[in-house]
Amino acid sequence: MSTLVFLEHHGSSIQRGALGVLGKAAQLDPDTAGVIIGAGVRDVATEAGRFGAKKVFVADDAALEAPLPQPRVDVISRLVQDQGFGTVLFAASVLASDVAGGVAARLGAGLNWDLNDLEVQDGALVGKRSALGDTVIADVGWTAEPRLGLVRAGSFDPAESGGEAAVEEISAALEDFSSKAEMVEQAHEEQSGPSIEEADILVTGGRGLGAPENFSILEELAAALGGAVASTRAVVDSGWYPYPTQVGQTGKVVSPKLYIGAGVSGAIQHKVGMQTSQTIVAINKDPNAPIFEFSDLGIVGDLNDIVPKLTELVKERKS
Amino acid sequence: MKIAVCVKEVPDPGPNRRIDPGTKRMDRSGDRSLNQYDLHAVEQALRLKEAAGDGEVVLISMGASRALDSIRKGLGMGADRAVLVSDEAAAGSDLVATTAVLAAALEAESPDLVLFGQQATDGDGAVLWAAVADKLRMPVVSQISELEVADGHATAKRQTEFGYDKIRAPLPAVLAVADSLNEPRYPSLKGIMGAKKKPQDVKSLADVGVDPGSAGEAGSRTTVIALSPPPSRGETIKIEDDGSGAQKIIDFLMERKLV
Ligand SMILES: Cc1cc2nc3c(=O)[nH]c(=O)nc-3n(C[C@H](O)[C@H](O)[C@H](O)COP(=O)(O)OP(=O)(O)OC[C@H]3O[C@@H](n4cnc5c(N)ncnc54)[C@H](O)[C@@H]3O)c2cc1C
Ligand SMILES: Nc1ncnc2c1ncn2[C@@H]1O[C@H](COP(=O)(O)O)[C@@H](O)[C@H]1O
Repeated sequence: MSTLVFLEHHGSSIQRGALGVLGKAAQLDPDTAGVIIGAGVRDVATEAGRFGAKKVFVADDAALEAPLPQPRVDVISRLVQDQGFGTVLFAASVLASDVAGGVAARLGAGLNWDLNDLEVQDGALVGKRSALGDTVIADVGWTAEPRLGLVRAGSFDPAESGGEAAVEEISAALEDFSSKAEMVEQAHEEQSGPSIEEADILVTGGRGLGAPENFSILEELAAALGGAVASTRAVVDSGWYPYPTQVGQTGKVVSPKLYIGAGVSGAIQHKVGMQTSQTIVAINKDPNAPIFEFSDLGIVGDLNDIVPKLTELVKERKS
Repeated sequence: MKIAVCVKEVPDPGPNRRIDPGTKRMDRSGDRSLNQYDLHAVEQALRLKEAAGDGEVVLISMGASRALDSIRKGLGMGADRAVLVSDEAAAGSDLVATTAVLAAALEAESPDLVLFGQQATDGDGAVLWAAVADKLRMPVVSQISELEVADGHATAKRQTEFGYDKIRAPLPAVLAVADSLNEPRYPSLKGIMGAKKKPQDVKSLADVGVDPGSAGEAGSRTTVIALSPPPSRGETIKIEDDGSGAQKIIDFLMERKLV
């Protein structure tokens, strides 16, 4: 067996991104296995077979219940050494990225991240990595085994192939330092908020708004346009706007007809949540803001001047 | 309390950034500055030191020797001193090689806390802390948007794909902070003047006890094979607002029949 995929689960199902990576891995290497790590996860394994795994290793242990990275580094590193996997792939997430980094250090292995495609060139695995805010694509490789890869969220859709995976249970031997961090409270959903996925027009506010009360100018613009207001992680983390309105890697993936970003820098983890928007308009006072590289129209200026004027113009146009 | 903060000099974000097609490494010859996300880590370290009433904040970095120009910004904000590992043999380091160097420099300091920024704007890896924590055999928490350090423990809140986790870890620990954790202070004029006189140790690989074979390209396990331009998104227009910005947007939206 030569390729291992970390199958991150939440509740009783495997994450979509991980199933997508599993399908891609199985396409490139028929000997692809998955690994599921948690407590009470034996039943989760069957799903992996349907999405391309020949074999699934299951580490089921009460000590692995909380989704913390370091115990998973112990389990995966050991498994890779025991079974001699040549490649280990992860679908990027907050958890999986920390697991991948830890495994790289433990095994002294090469890790390529932000991969949005994988292929075999002349018998060697090659990753396609978007770099520098997606302004260049690098073909990246590995000079030694195991090859570790973190695949950007949303790169591969899961494909059901209908197979069945052999399940092998493995034990968890944890390092002393791996169990030091403990989960006090998990996946607490912050206050509810409106759904942004259905909206045709999204007006997104970032930290450039300066203060939570300034979201009101975006709400007025969104109302005039008949759209909804969305946000970035920076403002959600700061408690300025509710988590359900967040666009990006750890928020929602949206694809509106029109996305207007005001005071949004356009970091890569935000971009992955909105890059398929049909039309993108950005207002930012920094001419070097990354968002201008993927906007159809960018205005370099102060949102406090531009947004209220725009709202008036939209209202005039509509009346 | 001794707090080490890992900081990196990066090329200024913007359209002038590029990867050198010859070396296939980041072109670091243009304008550069301290990674903006690391300012939040420096800020947090200073606040923790101020709250504790005593302690030391040490900046740790790997990069070219002129990176000190950027690192001084952190000293200007109030950090006490800086350690820069700079060595020809460290150039071209990938994740494992960088980890070997930084872990060695950190071990020499025995800090109670190791802080990282959320990501480096040139590499966007957002993984280095996890690798360094494994080498240091310390607990790690990343993406921290709220932090409390008390009674020898760090308690952190952080966002995942599913909501907010609260995680507690005993010190010493490695903590990577999000940009939402705080608003970094600006260095005062006095701070900027004083920064020049603060200790700035430039160390070689030998000084930190790293074998040249474990650093730089020799110590790396990944390679860049080829570079190509991304598929074009079509025309992008960028206009400086001269008072007519809102009008430009509405004209554009009408042309595309979006209003
Ligand atoms: C693992 C991981 C997951 C992440 N997931 C997400 C995610 O799901 N969603 C997400 O959004 N981010 C996510 N991030 C964070 C992301 O990297 C950025 O930190 C975040 O998107 C920045 O938010 P922002 O654009 O609001 O703030 P900033 O980056 O601070 O940008 C503010 C912008 O406002 C501009 N500005 C300031 N004042 C004005 C003014 N008066 N007028 C006009 N413009 C102004 C500034 O020039 C700046 O460009 C994630 C990061 C990591 C590491
Ligand atoms: N060469 C370096 N020297 C010191 N710290 C670094 C270096 N590269 C990255 N870091 C730290 O690691 C964090 C994450 O970087 P990265 O994983 O490269 O995105 C940054 O925010 C810095 O705190």
